[in-house]
Amino acid sequence: MTDATASGVPAGKHTSGSLLEQNPRTKRRNAAEARFKMYGMAAVGIGLVFLVLLLVAIVRNGVPAYTQTFLSLPIELKAEALDKNGNRDLDDIRKVSTFGYNPLLDEALLRVVADNGIESDYSGADLRKMISSSAAAQVRDYVLTHPADIGETVEFRVLASSRVDGYLKGRVVREDLERDKNLDAAHLDIIDVLRDEGVVSRTFNWAFIFGADASESRPEQAGIGVSMLGSLFMMIVVLLLSLPIGVAASIYLEEFAPKNRWTDLIEVNISNLAAVPSIVFGILGLAVFIQFMHLPQSAPLVGGLVLTLMTLPTIIISTRASLKSVPPSIRDAALGVGASKMQSVFHHVLPLAMPGILTGTIIGLAQALGETAPLLLIGMVGYIASNYPDGVASGFLDPNSAMPAQIYEWAKRADPAYYERAWGGIIILLLFLMTMNIIAVILRRRFERRW
Amino acid sequence: MYDSPSLETKVTDKAIKIAAQNVQVFYGDTHAIKDVNVQIQDKTVTAFIGPSGCGKSTFLRCLNRMNDTIDICRVEGDILLDGEDIYDKRVDPVQLRAKVGMVFQKPNPFPKSIYDNIAYGPRIHGLAKSKADLDEIVERSLRRGAIWDEVKDRLHAPGTGLSGGQQQRLCIARAVATEPEVLLMDEPCSALDPIATGQVEELIDELRDSYSVVIVTHSMQQAARVSQKTAFFHLGNLVEYGETSQIFTNPVDSRTESYITGRIG
Repeated sequence: MTDATASGVPAGKHTSGSLLEQNPRTKRRNAAEARFKMYGMAAVGIGLVFLVLLLVAIVRNGVPAYTQTFLSLPIELKAEALDKNGNRDLDDIRKVSTFGYNPLLDEALLRVVADNGIESDYSGADLRKMISSSAAAQVRDYVLTHPADIGETVEFRVLASSRVDGYLKGRVVREDLERDKNLDAAHLDIIDVLRDEGVVSRTFNWAFIFGADASESRPEQAGIGVSMLGSLFMMIVVLLLSLPIGVAASIYLEEFAPKNRWTDLIEVNISNLAAVPSIVFGILGLAVFIQFMHLPQSAPLVGGLVLTLMTLPTIIISTRASLKSVPPSIRDAALGVGASKMQSVFHHVLPLAMPGILTGTIIGLAQALGETAPLLLIGMVGYIASNYPDGVASGFLDPNSAMPAQIYEWAKRADPAYYERAWGGIIILLLFLMTMNIIAVILRRRFERRW
Repeated sequence: MYDSPSLETKVTDKAIKIAAQNVQVFYGDTHAIKDVNVQIQDKTVTAFIGPSGCGKSTFLRCLNRMNDTIDICRVEGDILLDGEDIYDKRVDPVQLRAKVGMVFQKPNPFPKSIYDNIAYGPRIHGLAKSKADLDEIVERSLRRGAIWDEVKDRLHAPGTGLSGGQQQRLCIARAVATEPEVLLMDEPCSALDPIATGQVEELIDELRDSYSVVIVTHSMQQAARVSQKTAFFHLGNLVEYGETSQIFTNPVDSRTESYITGRIG
């Protein structure tokens, strides 16, 4: 673009023309510049198009995961089914398993269908396909916590099955149901009426954000909450380990270490570590932390340790860069009034480098938060279907999952309802990453000092 | 070269503060200072002049061991401060620098308040027993630095918000706050305008009453104005050292004459 030298005008000789019109050489140069600007704008434009496509796809696919379809069912908690001895003894009531609750659900469904004037030859068990198999457990939990209500009729909001939910969201259409054993077109007719009557409704689904994972056959019940907790535990481990270790290592290397072949070697290797694929850290963690040190599998502690290894180079590199950017005149000034090396670093250099260090740390954490591959290798994909604090996922050594691993798990499952939840999980993950990046930007702006 | 008979008598007028004997400085393989011998008097302003790269700043930085921070720098010979070798193994450079303060070419206040800039040295050396003590030290130092009247109402404003000349006087005040015995100044006025330069020069003249001041300068006029003794460096050698008036009017060495008349450097 800039090779306009081989042109007609002999080099070193200016044509003595008017300044008001461009000579051919200038024209060519300007054209080259205009072309380059266009290439640049095209590149930026392509980038923007992809960004918009990505955002649209995420929002379109992910937002439906945040609403869920419920059925309002008045269920008669029959004493003869739930408490045969009639003494309201919790131990006796507990003996009735969720299967024992199914007849109550069937009855309630038949009554709702009849009450809304729907002609149907479906049995109760057929109708039960419209609601989630979690409904029986939901009713049982209620009875166990409110034994006094046995014998009463209580209004429940039970989850609709994922097919019904998909039908209301437009994901499931009648043609799809021909080979579907779970639901028939006749079910959808019933749902249409029930929706018009207000029995079936779609509302915001807090359980998706705060709930636990669910089995393959109950996508309507699955939530990302427990894996969020797993990610939180891991991030605590990463922050507590990588920040002090990374900052101490950087300060030593940058301010105290002699410059020789060894420190050069260390420096090169830290840069190389930052480029090592994360799955390598995963297999290292598997070998060292689990097989050699016998730490529990699927534990956030192990996940945190592996991610610490991965985050350390990032933190060390950014910390060293921000230490380097503190002008040497500040160090001279401190040494000049008789401060020791350590005093000059801790009183003057470190506070000035702090915004850079924090920014690097947050970026490193954000990177670790979204990392999936190493977690798969150390088994941070625990299937946790019970919620905190009753569940097993309550500490650093208990099995758990992490957000990206949970999303990967969902995307792997067969039911399209899980696909929707995977997109929904991506939204939460992106919100976390955006928040962290915004905090990083604010910190940088807020504490940036000029000298 | 400095042992001309007319000088000999003057040198003994005042006590010798710093005596350098056969000082050699190497940066890696570069021989930056070659066999320098000089005796710097107490309560005197001594100017180091010479063309760029002649080693005057390097030699100045040897006097409070600021060269220690440069890995490849090596110093040989003896530098005695009050008869004690400052390159002795037992000497802690931190203690030395409290005795030999330094002001740098570019004003470099800490990005903290004016008060904290001054108070930092006394604090780390434990010079103040109480807050009142510290306040007094800060006021005294700022008065010493001839900047008290300009900043007394905004002691807690950032030091970096001052003008260049004020910043440099703040740095001088910071240097005197630790009560040094020698004050080294590395081209303290090169970043300042003529008015600020005038103020700093006036200040240097006042500081002479209490300290031995060593100043590196590119400006021969400045050396002539503020100093009583002048040392001329050329290519790492100390070419000539003597009374400022004598150096500028009647130099012994032809290189000195060439430099002050503008033919070299």
